[in-house]
Amino acid sequence: MSTYLIDIIGLIDVVVNAYRTDREDMTNKYKLNYLEQLESESIHIMREGVAQFERPALLFSGGKDSITLMHLAVKAFAPAKVPFLLLHIDTGHNFPEALEFRDGMAREWGATLIVRKVEDTIQKKSLTEPKGKFASRNWLQTYTLLDVIEEFKFDACIGGARRDEEKARAKERIFSVRDEFGQWDPKLQRPELWNTYNGRIHKGENVRVFPISNWTELDVWNYIRKENIPLPRIYFSHEREVIEHEGQFIAVSPFIRIDQTDVITTKRVRYRTVGDMTCTAAVESEANSLDEVVNEIIATKISERGETRIDDKVTEAAMEDRKKNGYF
Amino acid sequence: MDILRFITAGSVDDGKSTLIGRLLYDSKNILIDQLEAIEKSTNANGEVDLALLTDGLRAEREQGITIDVAYRYFSTPKRKFIIADAPGHVQYTRNMITGASNVNLMIVLVDARLGVIEQTRRHSIIASLFKIPQIIVAVNKMDLVDYSQEVFNKIVNEYSALAKSLALKEIKFIPISALNGDNIVDRSSKLAWYEGECLLDWLETVEVYHNINLDDARFPVQLVIRPQTEELHDYRGYAGKITSGIYKKGDAITVLPVGIRSKIKTIEKDGIEIEEAFAPQSIVLTLEDDIDISRGDMISKTDNQPAVSNELQVLLCWMDNKPLIAGNKYYLQLNSRLVRIVVREIEYRLDVNTLEKEYNPIGLRLNDIVKVTLKAASPVPYESYSRMSGNGGGILIDETSNSTVAACMIL
Repeated sequence: MSTYLIDIIGLIDVVVNAYRTDREDMTNKYKLNYLEQLESESIHIMREGVAQFERPALLFSGGKDSITLMHLAVKAFAPAKVPFLLLHIDTGHNFPEALEFRDGMAREWGATLIVRKVEDTIQKKSLTEPKGKFASRNWLQTYTLLDVIEEFKFDACIGGARRDEEKARAKERIFSVRDEFGQWDPKLQRPELWNTYNGRIHKGENVRVFPISNWTELDVWNYIRKENIPLPRIYFSHEREVIEHEGQFIAVSPFIRIDQTDVITTKRVRYRTVGDMTCTAAVESEANSLDEVVNEIIATKISERGETRIDDKVTEAAMEDRKKNGYF
Repeated sequence: MDILRFITAGSVDDGKSTLIGRLLYDSKNILIDQLEAIEKSTNANGEVDLALLTDGLRAEREQGITIDVAYRYFSTPKRKFIIADAPGHVQYTRNMITGASNVNLMIVLVDARLGVIEQTRRHSIIASLFKIPQIIVAVNKMDLVDYSQEVFNKIVNEYSALAKSLALKEIKFIPISALNGDNIVDRSSKLAWYEGECLLDWLETVEVYHNINLDDARFPVQLVIRPQTEELHDYRGYAGKITSGIYKKGDAITVLPVGIRSKIKTIEKDGIEIEEAFAPQSIVLTLEDDIDISRGDMISKTDNQPAVSNELQVLLCWMDNKPLIAGNKYYLQLNSRLVRIVVREIEYRLDVNTLEKEYNPIGLRLNDIVKVTLKAASPVPYESYSRMSGNGGGILIDETSNSTVAACMIL
């Protein structure tokens, strides 16, 4: 080969390599990390949930997932206020700390919070209260939710469910169409491609929109830490009177039945998830800061729902059955 | 840390759910209570059925098949993974497509006893259509063919021929037994003749194709933000997610399909002004001029615009039980743009077995892949899917049932 050709080839190499380095620099500069990618995806979904519907609502309980959701909503619609109502179905069995926090945050965001009580639905419809040691109103919430959807003609409810929570949830679409009874039909879900969400529905139907579907429990905690999002204090270590039941610690409250065989002890605990006092268990913990909580979540050997929810253990298909009946 | 999204594909009973169960189990990503739950539902012979980890619906457990795609999340010190565990049954291909549309990699499971079959071809065609950049062919049930290298090599040759005709390039072949855990998380001594990586090693190290185009800036408007407060009385912000490219303050832009020009006044993220933004960020743009822009419009740079047309050549994956009929009207949803279209002309159907084009086909049904011409009621800014998937893939919606009836890839 002539030196002339070798020079040309060498020159091409230099140009190609320079181009490559240039591209790599550019790709590294314009790259989102994992949490940023999730955040952007969720904001996009949240905006679709508003753009495609007439009357959306955001389900807000004062728990860490719905707080994260609201944090994302504030970002999605800034500098305008969030363009929907906040809705909470109050079972009457909530942690007072979560309710206090719920009201405080709604005020701070300048959002309108609608609260509907399961108690009222029970009276109005003469529903039968479940019985037992940890009688949970979890099933009954659905009646109240469907009533308020009807009352306000909500066509979309934005919620903080995640697919890693439970295996029926792992199957649900991001836009989940419910019939006029609020029912989920897992065998007839719409295909959902790319980032294109089909929110077209018939009158009476509604859509549950799940912007943080692809987040794991750890992602939520990492995001809360990164963004320094305030949480109710029950998520951090505190002293509480508990009874032990099948290896789980349940807070002493007027909503559970204390039997003579129960031993009430005071433990240092925190909550990993905040549901009803009747069906949420505490974990022993000394974690006082977000860093410490995140470290404990990383080290845990038990799933979020498994460790803290009593209601999912009843049957293999407990969540699927609830969803088919209109539950979130 | 980066993230790899992958899907498992294969026919019924090829062992997809078992494979995922095995991956989670052997990489210690199954938590104690989840294991207890499946142990509780294990049958009389006492073996843990790993497929029960992902088959979450009652009907799935009853029938022992996967009906809909389930998403699973796990991580190793090297990477985070999002798995779409997809059904293999041909009846549920649309659910498989749902999973396939958002992944970087597809694991195609092949039963070592059966080799390449129709579902292998169907799923590989889907990988090709959806431009999935990486493929792993996992030859499963090697234990049932005495871990034979000959059987493996035969399948490698068979699949390589198929891959060539589908222009699939990055393919890795791995012999495995999901049931016994051979070559999943650790190299198996029973497959000593295989010198490559085991499945998890490959998943941890394969290049993640970010598939993000930074050259051609495209911004579909999702909604208009109008605070209507006293201090922001005239504020109009255009909210959306950048599908590709980079936007900077002062950029000359053109709004499509109308073609009105302006300049970017501000770029805001989370309500805070920034100098530039890039794909896939969700942002708000404000413009120098007060112009009429609404959901479905596209803001591109004036010196680099997408094509705009009323007539689109597309490939459709038909996903509805009702047949596709030429002359019928549907909605096309492409990003935020929703337009009525009519299916003009059906040119050919792709034969899944021979990969041949069948011209002027009749009786188009569920799972057919067809090339058609769409005529839209208003102009659509678009790209070819193979060049810019973020602005070239849409869905067709039935006007009467509201169902999503087709995946639509613009040519």
